[in-house]
Amino acid sequence: MPESNQSHRSVGRYLVQLAVVGVFGFAGLVWVLGWLAGLTESTLADAVDADAQTVTIVVAEEPPQLDSSLSTDTSSFMVLGHVMEGLLRYGKDGGLEPGVAERWEIGEDRATFWLRRDARWSDGRPVTAHDFVFGWRRTIDPANGSSYAFILYAIENAEQINLGKLPVETLGVRAVDDFQLDVSLQRPVAYFDKLVAFPSYYPIREDFFASTRGRYGADADTLLYNGPFEISKWIHGARLRLEKNPHYWDKARIRLQAIDAAYFTRDPSTQLNLYREGRAAVASLNVETVETALRKRWPISRFASGAVFYLELNHRPERPTSNLHLRRALSLVIDRDELVYNVIRTAGFVPAPSLFPIWLQGANGPLRNEIPVPPMKVDVDLARHHLELAKRELGVDEIPRLMMLVTDSPTTAKEAEYLQNIFQTRLGLDVAIDKQIFKQRLAKAAAGDFDIVVSGWGPDYDDPLTFGDLFASWNQNNHGKFSNAELDRWVATAQTSLDPGHRVFAFGQIQRILAEEVALIPTYEPGSVYVRHPLLQGVVRRAVGPDPDYTNAYITGES
Amino acid sequence: MKRLLQGVVTIWFIATSTFVAMHNVPGNPLLDEKAVSPEIRRNLEARYGLDRPVFPDQYLTYMRNILRGDFGISFTQRNRRVNDILREHFPVSAILGILAIVFAGFGGILFGSLTAVYRNRLPDVVIMVLVVVGISVPGFVFAALAQLGIVGLNEVLGWTVLPVAGWGTLRHLIIPSLVLGLGTMAFLTRLMRSSMLDVLGADYIRTARSKGLPPTRIFFRHQLANASLPVLTVLGPAIAAITTGGFVVELIFAIPGLGRYFVEAVQQLDYTVIMGTTVFYGTFLVVMVLVVDLAYALVDPRVRLE
Amino acid sequence: MARAPLSPLDFRPAERGLQVDPILRPSLSYWEDTWRRLRGNRRATLALVVVIALLTASAVGPVVWTVDPSAQDLDQVSKLPWADRRARIVDGAGAADPSLPVARATGGSDPTGMDLRIVGEATTKSVVLEWNLSDLASGYRVYRHIDAIAGGEPLGLPLAEVPIAGPGRFIDRLNLQPHRYYYAVAALDAAGEEQAASTIIPADVVRVLSEQEAIARGFAASKIFPGAEVELPFHPLGTDALGRDMLARLIHGSRVSLFIGIAAPWFYVMIGVGLGSLAGLRGGAVDQLIMRFTDFVVALPFLLFMILFKIGFGIGPGESGILPMLVALVLLSWPGTTRLVRGQVLQIREEGYLEASRLLGAPTRHLLLHHLVPNVMGVVLVTLTFAIPSAIFTEAFLSFIGMGVVPPTPSWGSMCNDGTKTMLMHPHELVLPATLISLTVLAFNVLGDGLRDALDARLRSRE
Repeated sequence: MPESNQSHRSVGRYLVQLAVVGVFGFAGLVWVLGWLAGLTESTLADAVDADAQTVTIVVAEEPPQLDSSLSTDTSSFMVLGHVMEGLLRYGKDGGLEPGVAERWEIGEDRATFWLRRDARWSDGRPVTAHDFVFGWRRTIDPANGSSYAFILYAIENAEQINLGKLPVETLGVRAVDDFQLDVSLQRPVAYFDKLVAFPSYYPIREDFFASTRGRYGADADTLLYNGPFEISKWIHGARLRLEKNPHYWDKARIRLQAIDAAYFTRDPSTQLNLYREGRAAVASLNVETVETALRKRWPISRFASGAVFYLELNHRPERPTSNLHLRRALSLVIDRDELVYNVIRTAGFVPAPSLFPIWLQGANGPLRNEIPVPPMKVDVDLARHHLELAKRELGVDEIPRLMMLVTDSPTTAKEAEYLQNIFQTRLGLDVAIDKQIFKQRLAKAAAGDFDIVVSGWGPDYDDPLTFGDLFASWNQNNHGKFSNAELDRWVATAQTSLDPGHRVFAFGQIQRILAEEVALIPTYEPGSVYVRHPLLQGVVRRAVGPDPDYTNAYITGES
Repeated sequence: MKRLLQGVVTIWFIATSTFVAMHNVPGNPLLDEKAVSPEIRRNLEARYGLDRPVFPDQYLTYMRNILRGDFGISFTQRNRRVNDILREHFPVSAILGILAIVFAGFGGILFGSLTAVYRNRLPDVVIMVLVVVGISVPGFVFAALAQLGIVGLNEVLGWTVLPVAGWGTLRHLIIPSLVLGLGTMAFLTRLMRSSMLDVLGADYIRTARSKGLPPTRIFFRHQLANASLPVLTVLGPAIAAITTGGFVVELIFAIPGLGRYFVEAVQQLDYTVIMGTTVFYGTFLVVMVLVVDLAYALVDPRVRLE
Repeated sequence: MARAPLSPLDFRPAERGLQVDPILRPSLSYWEDTWRRLRGNRRATLALVVVIALLTASAVGPVVWTVDPSAQDLDQVSKLPWADRRARIVDGAGAADPSLPVARATGGSDPTGMDLRIVGEATTKSVVLEWNLSDLASGYRVYRHIDAIAGGEPLGLPLAEVPIAGPGRFIDRLNLQPHRYYYAVAALDAAGEEQAASTIIPADVVRVLSEQEAIARGFAASKIFPGAEVELPFHPLGTDALGRDMLARLIHGSRVSLFIGIAAPWFYVMIGVGLGSLAGLRGGAVDQLIMRFTDFVVALPFLLFMILFKIGFGIGPGESGILPMLVALVLLSWPGTTRLVRGQVLQIREEGYLEASRLLGAPTRHLLLHHLVPNVMGVVLVTLTFAIPSAIFTEAFLSFIGMGVVPPTPSWGSMCNDGTKTMLMHPHELVLPATLISLTVLAFNVLGDGLRDALDARLRSRE
């Protein structure tokens, strides 16, 4: 190189100049692009703000559907529970409270709701019985294809309408006047008060709906609110800000001025980092992040989601799992304690011995006390005995390879690998994991293309029947086509009986038949642990209804 | 003009391949956790036109709609149009991408010249080691480490200098775009180094110097400008690389870009969103390649002569 | 000068064995020359050694280190190799023996009067807590912490709520590791609110194995009796979050990553060579057709289509998902090489030596084998070497976003994905696979550089 040191130095100086220009240029570009994109805010909101009574939270995902007739997922239900209100609602302690309905009467074949006159939509107009009629008809209208239409089936003609056999106008709900709603029931239903708290029963105002031209619920301004909060800002994928609804009839109860869902991510380490920085008031923890939370000495809370997870077995005759002995063998080798405490390892999960989770209430107290579950023991020797019987009955030397269908979520992946390992080592069974993305798993489960499928079920309403009818032969969610006439009879009893004691007895029989026939293998009830900002108080976590519920929350001034 | 026509045919090819690929995917986007009766499913299929034969009915409708620039309605968010989704989320990805490209291009030119000028001396060695790291470490590892680094930095300083994740202020742009541009920058640095070395020894530099041109002018007008040309040629592939990287960065930093949306749509088997995004991105890339080619012809007279 | 007229003699073949200038230096073929240059390049040699070592390790590894990569050692989860591996055998299922002595909190006062105690030995199977019930409490909440708790600090991880109906007793089984825990029990008042005062007791958990587990783990029967101490299997690189051997996973993961990384480029480069030379040699309509199609495929957004194809093929049960990824990679990547090879062929076709050879009457076969192939081969080899790192990256990336190989099949990418989740507490689970990816990518890049330099004709002529 002919270059001298002199030239090195001068070129170095040019490069420094270039670098300085570059840094400023880059900063300028950031500013210009940010301004173009509307990133105009200058400060990051704090997790809690006591003066403004504002809480900033991180949520796992953006609510995919805020049209209450079509929503199916917990994220949407959580937001809807804050911005809408049904006839009844869930209160602080988990019980039902009057919502838009002031009082109600539910009989064998009819129900009447008297609406309060001060309930208002967010544009100031009153919430009337007609809005409920419109909302319910939309849910049941087969043209809308609502997945939750079945939850209205207790209403007269609902099922026939949903199957397209009757016009929508024949639905057994009628607005007597603006403030009285009459419902004709198809059958006696002991839990109709609990049903009407469900989002599919929320009111929708017809004139407003028409004005949105098919975009109802897609943006902040295409939704009309009658709940404690309204959406003031919705940047898709980035932020959803709820502010107190000034027209809400019970606004004195609401202490928070705003709930700002400023982050959408389900990644636990990102959530934890946001909490650590004081940007989010709540963060859910997993096995890995809980250790950090402990070392940092943050207050940790625990919460059961109310769902139950189980292995569905395929009962179609061509499948090996249609053999009762094989099902018994599979059931006997699973150590639920080990699965929950050593494999999943997340605090908040508990082993499940039954399809009915522990929090359900019976006639006078916990259902679990009224219909006790026999303890589940691991017995490898007995399992091997059943396996031999199964082989003899099936007429095979080796059980053919079993297909275990799972989704690609981290917890089910861990579970599937553990189960595969257990079935292999304890029974010598060859189990293949069929890991599919969510929709493909659903398609394969619906088509019966599996031997074992890892499933979960969350409650829709606060009654054991939300789990109890899952394995009825007619239930679409009974993917393994389990069919038992006696069970079907008991499900019918639980559906139509109004006698609490008799219903609990029916649930007991359902639980017994499911266990005897090994229709499913319950594994665990999921739960979670999370950290919450110490100044944020009054957040309600619950199994049924919008969760978490910030409507009663507030921020205390002192630490 | 010929290029333009070719571009249109290419976009048609992209649209058709996407359509074919999508209709071979097992599974059904209309299935939900709560199973519905077959009657209702048929209703839904009719609503989305899935009940008609795939070819020619569905295909023709799809093509007609693309021509009108209408990608239909999302399957998972039944009240949102795919066009709205593209319009809302693409600018986010684009901003990150632009910043990353600028950062990578500028950094590459700067560090590349630095290493060439100080060849085999300390700055060269240090930068080249970093370049090797930048080329050989996967982007997602960088992203995860960067997030951790910010947390540490903020904790040491006692206030949030740069946010950990999210979207909303200018500060949210900085770390993700730097992480996104890092790999490309390392690659460009290497390229710039070798082309700068070529230029430094070139005859016209010696001529310029002997003519007595001021060193500033020699450096900026002759050395830097000429050495930067190859960087421009790889901009096309670089844009593609940064589009890819955007997926990870958007996932890790919780940024509402199109990449993250696409990954979610795939999980949900949201036909219309997947097809819309693919066709849109394909078109975008085709246009970008055209633009880069034109820009190159504009900058380098030799290309025009050919 | 007048030219002598040609005579038939001039067309006589040259005599064999005619003395011409002898070639004294040993003849150096194209490949020998390349090899010599490559060896002369120290960095490239090193890279070659690394590549060979990696390939050997992944080929021989499973024979040498026979540990099953998907076997879960749940007693050693996320452990480093030098962690304590001792475990004691206990009888039966490993439940705590109630006849064993009771440990009480020593020193300090017990403001709640609960007399919190640990019954029996605290083991990794279970820790049994007991306390006296109070009339005022409506229930109790049990906490566990990994650090000592000072007054007023949060009590740690809430394990359970114990109703007043039963005895004051709780058995903890959650993810117990052999170290010291601090248990706290707080009473709940009538409204379910937690009372400030609580009792804390430390518990030193020891690792135990039940007899059945010891048998299942394959310890010699003579060693298994209650109270015996055994050493759990050694994991040279530690274990991951499911207690799987990192070394075995890295070896098996290397097979997946390297297989995809090498096989996919190999296939698509071959396709590229075939189509490219066809287009280049035939020209005309064939050329047009191939090149137009190439243009289309190049324009497809690579990653989006990778994901589309990946789910389009679907993954059958028990399949690892390697094949769909391979096919998708090949389908989308061949155009690059095709263009390159076609360009090379077109260029070489015009070269003087080819013309000369043809004039000298060489048959087409000779032209192809002795001139075209070797000259194209160099470029192809370099392309191949550079294609490998990008294929490895693609695999890692897809596995990272969960669209790659199916568990329990390990790949470096999916291991990185798992590793980022535990990065804070157990960095080795991320660092090891990430380092291997980087090392491989680096080695192939350096090797590619070296090959290019060695094959570069310009360099050769300058010598």
